[in-house]
Amino acid sequence: MRDQYINRGNKATKAGFGEGLLEAGKKHPEVVAIGADITASVGVDLFSSAFPGRFISLGIAEQNCVGVSAGLALMGKIPVFATYGVFSALRTTDQIRISLCYNNLHVIIGGAHAGVSVGPDGATHQALEDIAVMRVMPNMTVLSPCDATQARLAVIAAVEQCKGPVYIRFGREPMPDFTSTEPGFEVGKAQTFHEGADLAIIATGHMTWEALQAAIELEKEGIHARVLNIHTIKPLDESALIMAARECGAIVTAEEHQVAGGLGSAISEVISKNYPVPVEFVGMPDSFGESGPPLELMKKFGLTAQGILQKARKVILRKQ
Amino acid sequence: MVFPLTNGVSALGELAKSIRQSVVRSLARAGSGHLGGSMSSADILTTLYFSVMRHDPANPSCEGRDRFILSIGHIAPVLYATLAEAGYFPKEELLSLRMMGSRLQGHPGRDHGLPGLELSAGSLGQGLSVATGIAIAAKMNRLDSRIYCLCGDGELQEGSVWEAAMSAAHYKLNNLVAVIDRNGVQIDGSTETVMGLEPLKKKWEAFGWDTLECDGHDFRTLMSAFQKTNVEQTRPSVIIAKTIMGKGIKSIEGDYRWHGKAPSMEQAEGFIKELS
Repeated sequence: MRDQYINRGNKATKAGFGEGLLEAGKKHPEVVAIGADITASVGVDLFSSAFPGRFISLGIAEQNCVGVSAGLALMGKIPVFATYGVFSALRTTDQIRISLCYNNLHVIIGGAHAGVSVGPDGATHQALEDIAVMRVMPNMTVLSPCDATQARLAVIAAVEQCKGPVYIRFGREPMPDFTSTEPGFEVGKAQTFHEGADLAIIATGHMTWEALQAAIELEKEGIHARVLNIHTIKPLDESALIMAARECGAIVTAEEHQVAGGLGSAISEVISKNYPVPVEFVGMPDSFGESGPPLELMKKFGLTAQGILQKARKVILRKQ
Repeated sequence: MVFPLTNGVSALGELAKSIRQSVVRSLARAGSGHLGGSMSSADILTTLYFSVMRHDPANPSCEGRDRFILSIGHIAPVLYATLAEAGYFPKEELLSLRMMGSRLQGHPGRDHGLPGLELSAGSLGQGLSVATGIAIAAKMNRLDSRIYCLCGDGELQEGSVWEAAMSAAHYKLNNLVAVIDRNGVQIDGSTETVMGLEPLKKKWEAFGWDTLECDGHDFRTLMSAFQKTNVEQTRPSVIIAKTIMGKGIKSIEGDYRWHGKAPSMEQAEGFIKELS
């Protein structure tokens, strides 16, 4: 099983996002892109160079970017608006709520610079609350691909499989690129990356690779962990989660995001209602990030295979 | 586009009167809602829907239609009354305003399926951005649709309006017309006391808009202002329409306390009589 997931080389998920946007643009003439000044930094420059007539630069004015996207969508376009997640999801929350979600318009919001792995830019630019805020919006789909390959597929899936607003979260730092394009990206489907029934590690984004490393370590101790990759945080694949709870009896969630309101919370909502089992959370402990080298920061906040292992051992002890 | 437009001032006056009466009736029945701005905007909406815009109540989603974006969702009652007057849905339905299950939500909601409604809106400062996006897409799609967006004057205190203003001028959206209902009043009092907007004309001019001022209750000047916006080649246009909050009902005209208030059934009877 583990041979399937070999790091082909580190690559930023934002690069995958940019490639996916270009590919979606080639396939679908109604796809247009909105720029908020930092287009190259979020991977939109590939699209804007290929389709200058379908790229709309709006400057550092994110609230307007969302409103203009809504107008474009009302006219049948599929706008993709990407900037750092702290701006695209958080500065614009009211516009996303009313102009996008209440109108239920097919607009794709890209949230770059997710997590502390942003590194030296520090807390202001590290999106750690975006999943929580985006997933409570009615009509919104929330995608969080685990590597560059999956980020590319996520954009195309958002264009082809969704009808309403979509938030896609991606990171800045080159991270292991390890998934294959097969069997494709099905919005709303959890993926099993490692089989096991002693506990389930359920992860999203960069933390999925860490979860796999943790599972390999646990194998050495004779503990068989199931690793689920959640690339769609909303709508959640409830049946895969309930099955994991029933068959494994304990869960560790892992995300580069606040524990409050994120993937772990979303999973707990499903599990507590359907099949309560002990859950431990790997994520940010109600705190801001800070400046530093990306991997050092992830280590500091326990967002690593080691951090997952600790929680895994703890949750197994809690199993009845 | 089969909807018959008119430039007859007396015909428009009759329509506006009927629309105002519908607003009073629906608000009294609902027991809540925004009367002041609905009355100050009534002549602007009448002019747009009956003299200016190409639209078709029998085919509300016709691609080539002109579009009306109401940014100030709280004056939904006058939009609903205008749409009903134009035949988008029966006027009796106006009495369902703000009721459970109604297509006439307190602030416009497209998910309830009201024909002719272009946008769900209610949080101020968002409509002009959406109208800008529609105008950009209309140009991309080579449609000659014109996009009209009604903003409140108090709403201009929202910074996002000026983001939209900057972008519409940047993209030379001569198919976009903003109308400001300049009634001078917001919930806490006069706009100049709460947060001054003047010199408003200069602000819009500085943002690169073709800027017109007119009496928002005079159909001749309203029609001529809209005509002028048709010939603009390189800029979006804004019409600052000077209006009176509560226009048509002497006892409430200019009174900020009527911004967000509905008349009682007894008051409504008197208001309707005064309007006829």
